[in-house]
Amino acid sequence: MKTKDIVYVALFAALTAVLGLFPPITLPVTGVPVTAQSLGPMLAGAILGARRGGLSIVLFLVLVAVGLPLLSGGRGGFGVMIGVTGGFMFGWAISAFVIGLLIEKFWNRLNVFNAALSIAFGGIVVLYAIGNAWVAVVAEISYWQATVGAAPFLIGDAIKVAIATAACLAVRRAYPLISKAG
Amino acid sequence: MIAGLYIHGQSALHRAAAGAKILAMVALGTGVFLIPDWPVVAFVLATVLLLYPVSGFGPRIMWAQIKPILWLLVIFFAVQLWLNDWQAGLLVITRIAAIVMFASLVTLTTKTSDLLASLERAMQPLRPIGVNPEKVSLAISMVLRFIPVISTVASEIRDAQRARGLDRSIIAMVVPLIIRTLKMADDVADAIDARSFD
Repeated sequence: MKTKDIVYVALFAALTAVLGLFPPITLPVTGVPVTAQSLGPMLAGAILGARRGGLSIVLFLVLVAVGLPLLSGGRGGFGVMIGVTGGFMFGWAISAFVIGLLIEKFWNRLNVFNAALSIAFGGIVVLYAIGNAWVAVVAEISYWQATVGAAPFLIGDAIKVAIATAACLAVRRAYPLISKAG
Repeated sequence: MIAGLYIHGQSALHRAAAGAKILAMVALGTGVFLIPDWPVVAFVLATVLLLYPVSGFGPRIMWAQIKPILWLLVIFFAVQLWLNDWQAGLLVITRIAAIVMFASLVTLTTKTSDLLASLERAMQPLRPIGVNPEKVSLAISMVLRFIPVISTVASEIRDAQRARGLDRSIIAMVVPLIIRTLKMADDVADAIDARSFD
């Protein structure tokens, strides 16, 4: 890894932490809180690519695990990492990696559709596959029940996919990084 | 510098080695999943809770650890009550509470710097497969430095977009934030290379 790649990895880990400082928006009717922080893995994967994007989220999670209150709402430490939502934490790193892989694959012909599909696949399908499995084990419920329970959060995620797609395409025009990496 | 969640103290747990506490946490986490009886898990939870006053933490700190997941525990208990019985519900929630309370205790009694030092030691054997502990340490220090910088940039952009009436647009916030962050990377990488890091 070149020095610049390490810097990118560190910057996106820090960006993910900063996104956690934005106050969560509570969705009308359902009352589900939507935090900006989960945009971090989507952006890291879509802008830095698989390797750097995945590593930046791993780095962020390491800092959370060692006791820095970087998660949205000032949470951190081992309790949140291995607690109920732990699967979503580890899932973030995988989801950034998968989004990065897909965006790299589509890079030369990236448009709104394949960018949004890549981000939705990595950021929703992959993320919830891992997160729900974890919840199912911890809460001793079936996988299907965990999936139903997570459904209200999908509204927020759909909004985040839209934001990450727009940001990814805008940044690709202004400051492309993935093609430079080759 | 961001303050960690560590709370200073002199107890035996505070003095225990970071690596030992992490191993104990992994062992407890695995152990409670192997125990199928709620009274045994409840006993484990009670022991963990007892460690809080022993380590010098009052009820206020204990409450702060469990509060964020309390609503989930209530839901999980209700779901088990509906699907199975109250014993199954108690098993699920005592198990989660035991793991979370012990893991939080490890975080409260271990300095971030000690955990980072054990992490760096634990990474040494990974050197042959391409993990460079010095580079990881560099990345960690950079994140800690960049958080306040990016946070300042974020509030500058927010002010600028408010002046344009765009303060409700998330895209108008996120895109300049990313581009300014990426631009920063060029200068920082040059500065590091100029000091012959590698």
